[in-house]
Amino acid sequence: MTIWNKARAARDARLRAGGRIAKGKIVQAADATALLEAVIEPGDRVCLEGDNQKQADLLARALAAVDVAKVHDLHMVQSGIVLPEHLDLFDSGIAKRLDYAFSGPQSTRIARMLFGGKIELGAVHTYLELFARYFVDLTPNVALIVAVAADRDGNLYTGANTEDTPTVVEATAFKDGVVVAQVNEIVDSLPRVDIPGDRVNFVIKSDKPFYVEPLFTRDPGAITETQILTAMLAIKGIYAPYGIKRLNHGIGFNTAAIELLLPTYGERLGLRGKIATRFALNPHPTLIPAIESGWVEQIHSFGGEVGMEDYIRARSDIYFTGIDGSLRSNRAICQTAGLYACDMFIGSTLQIDLQGNSSTVTTQRIAGFGGAPNMGSDSHGRRHPSAPWLMAGKEADPDGAPALRRGRKLVVQIVETFGDKNVPTFVEKLDAIELADKLKLELAPVMVYADDVTHVVTEAGIANLLLCRSKEEREQAIRGVAGYTDVGRGRDAKMVQQLRERGVVRWPEDLGIDPLDADRSLLAARSIEDLVRWSGGLYAAPSRFRNW
Amino acid sequence: METLSYRHTAARRAAGARPMAIVGVVASGNLEVLVERVLPGSDCQVEISTPVTGFAKVWEAVITDFVERRSPGGLRLSINDGGARADTVSLRLAQAVRLIEEDGR
Amino acid sequence: MNPPTDGRRQSPSWYESAARDRARLLLDAGTFAEFLGPEAREMSPHLGIFDLPRQFDDGIVVGRGKLAGTPVFVAAQEGRFMGGAFGEVHGAKLVGLLRAARDASRDGGTMPVLILFDTGGVRLQEANVGELAIGEVMRAVIEARRAGAKVIGLVGGRAGCYGGGGLIAGTCSALAVSEHGRIAVSGPEVIETNRGVEEFDSKDRSLVWRTMGGKHRRLLGGAELFVDDTIDAFRAAAIALIERAPAFDLAMLKAEQARLAERLKRFGSCADGLDVWKQAGVDDPAKVPGMPADEFIALAQHIGEGRHDAR
Repeated sequence: MTIWNKARAARDARLRAGGRIAKGKIVQAADATALLEAVIEPGDRVCLEGDNQKQADLLARALAAVDVAKVHDLHMVQSGIVLPEHLDLFDSGIAKRLDYAFSGPQSTRIARMLFGGKIELGAVHTYLELFARYFVDLTPNVALIVAVAADRDGNLYTGANTEDTPTVVEATAFKDGVVVAQVNEIVDSLPRVDIPGDRVNFVIKSDKPFYVEPLFTRDPGAITETQILTAMLAIKGIYAPYGIKRLNHGIGFNTAAIELLLPTYGERLGLRGKIATRFALNPHPTLIPAIESGWVEQIHSFGGEVGMEDYIRARSDIYFTGIDGSLRSNRAICQTAGLYACDMFIGSTLQIDLQGNSSTVTTQRIAGFGGAPNMGSDSHGRRHPSAPWLMAGKEADPDGAPALRRGRKLVVQIVETFGDKNVPTFVEKLDAIELADKLKLELAPVMVYADDVTHVVTEAGIANLLLCRSKEEREQAIRGVAGYTDVGRGRDAKMVQQLRERGVVRWPEDLGIDPLDADRSLLAARSIEDLVRWSGGLYAAPSRFRNW
Repeated sequence: METLSYRHTAARRAAGARPMAIVGVVASGNLEVLVERVLPGSDCQVEISTPVTGFAKVWEAVITDFVERRSPGGLRLSINDGGARADTVSLRLAQAVRLIEEDGR
Repeated sequence: MNPPTDGRRQSPSWYESAARDRARLLLDAGTFAEFLGPEAREMSPHLGIFDLPRQFDDGIVVGRGKLAGTPVFVAAQEGRFMGGAFGEVHGAKLVGLLRAARDASRDGGTMPVLILFDTGGVRLQEANVGELAIGEVMRAVIEARRAGAKVIGLVGGRAGCYGGGGLIAGTCSALAVSEHGRIAVSGPEVIETNRGVEEFDSKDRSLVWRTMGGKHRRLLGGAELFVDDTIDAFRAAAIALIERAPAFDLAMLKAEQARLAERLKRFGSCADGLDVWKQAGVDDPAKVPGMPADEFIALAQHIGEGRHDAR
């Protein structure tokens, strides 16, 4: 006779083993490692929650401390490889296989361990892609998650940093997995319930608040004249003509410069209400001046941002908030919003090749993908029209039958022609290809594929790839905005001139922009203090950004 | 330190009457440009002192473009470089010419 | 209560401005004339040995002009070039300016000097001549003051006022400082390196500011005026301080000695800036660091320290 509930029975056995260490659902922090030894079995798929922002740091330390004779050969399926413990697991043999999405701060060490064969790599994903696989072939047996507070029934409050938690819990709890949560405090009643308690099996009170990285805070003091010029080009040359209202901004100083130019340069161009009104975006502090000046109508966020809590609470017309008044973020939903409901993604990258493929990988550094490839791609599942989407579609295919012509999402790469230490951004061949050779990967880690990119913006100008009619035109359009890099100096001057006449390449003078006008006095805020002032004192800047 | 020197003939003489101007600062990724109205006719000279070696081709391209676009005839431009990127060099050169072409002080 | 939506303040930011612009905009329009300008190419004879780039003015701008109609000398350090540090030429330009002020102040005249500090101290590559320069500058400040010149220090730049710069600031007739300004001899990194991170965590910006920052120096009486980060605010402070800075005589020195002894008695046992402020009479010291400039200036005015004839 077939047994149809083996997994449920196995889960119940794990819960009984864990229950011996718990009092109800509550487990002491000192017993965290013992709990994990009780509920995790060798070879399990484990999601240790952590992304580019919040980290289940207590559970990471507890897992790194398990007896490798009891717990080993785990298959880690998680968004972020961020804490040192995430990689210590592989050094000690507790974990063996890895499927992940993002590895910012550990990008150098993970590259070394991949070369050394310490990690059996499944694949590097985008966030949304990994979330999808949680429900098909990478479902966790155990999820180790993090929240702000729990009550005694295991209901969880995640505060502003809800992020990946609902998705991870959904995949684990409803497929016979075990959910363990670390929380900053256990209280009698929660401000709001983000995760219902019947999906949470064990709760551990951490001795200190979980770690959150203020990843989306950009100090306006560090924005350069070149970034301001590039931002002016983007606003006048892309936002304005397409009338982009619904969009996502990548992380970085170039987009921070755009945010700080909206209330000044954008205002002068008469664009308020006409562009940049609705965002899928983390709560960027640099957007405060635009919000306060009445530019922004609505923002949905992937995650929270340290210091923005009170500001968001006071601006609930703009942000999504719970009944307690604080931000409710949700990475999976915001990624979907970016994919289907935004008409433009604009973000930076480290390398762009002659056709427009881009990558943030170098041979020493594997940063993963995070969300950029989803934001930076044209969704073929989209069916609703909008003016910018239709206009871009028409530029790409002017002769197609209008009723059958797909629109195009604008995917804009905004970069400076040279990066840190005078390293050129434009290259003949991506480092990612060399890396794929060395690691014997079937796919090179490309962040945004050439066929998704519609525009490249640099301080030298804008290349509109939608208007290119051949591979050669595309290459010359990119060379035409590559400035003084080898790629830029290798351009065919005559052909670039023709592309300028057709508006495929537009230099600052073609847009009526004088580089000499790119001045820091154009920034609506020039320091973190200015942002605090704009917020009426509601923005509490993280300590590393302030003198007080 | 590497020193580079370029001599060009510009299309016309720079406007204004100020004898000299200076922009920028020698800091990481930045540079200073001292511009002096000391050359005859539409001659233009650019002298560079830089701690970063091996970028002569980039400098040459930046200077050639600059002379074409800004026509700095009669000017000698002296650069102390702190390892600036080409776009910053280009911007400072343009700022220097604008400043020396301004009326009065 | 928002900044103007065009993002431009009434007056440019002191912190963001270059040294030459600070000097020029501080003075009456069109009056600034530079001595030994960049075209003179008086550059460091030492940096080339280390394969380091030089600056045409060696990181300091000196000159003369008028402030509210009165002739003054001005020196402005460029904090972005080698942290505004003192080298041989840099120091010599300031010494020369101070000696000129001394000579101009003899025979009953007076030539105020404004020193726009923005320095990390002595340039490592020119250590010996740099240290000598600090000594010469201090002597020159005293000689100028003895001759009747008021020497006013203005601190609000990127590099703060550290090392020998902190010592020189201590010899000035009066100081004005902004939120960004930091005044000390040993900088945060130096303290951490010598005494350990437990003693002083140089990355803890809040600690650095409440130990060396402008507000702390104002409340402690180390700086006479606290000003907002604008050129106009520094200009107004310079005019006020030239007017009210005490003469340099025995009575003033005795008063200064008494003030410092009293300060040690009042604050000597304090372990943190917050304790000092509490002791000084601030009701809610925790609020001080985040306080906007105008609010802090109002608070500092009724706390008292700073308005004295000592120096």
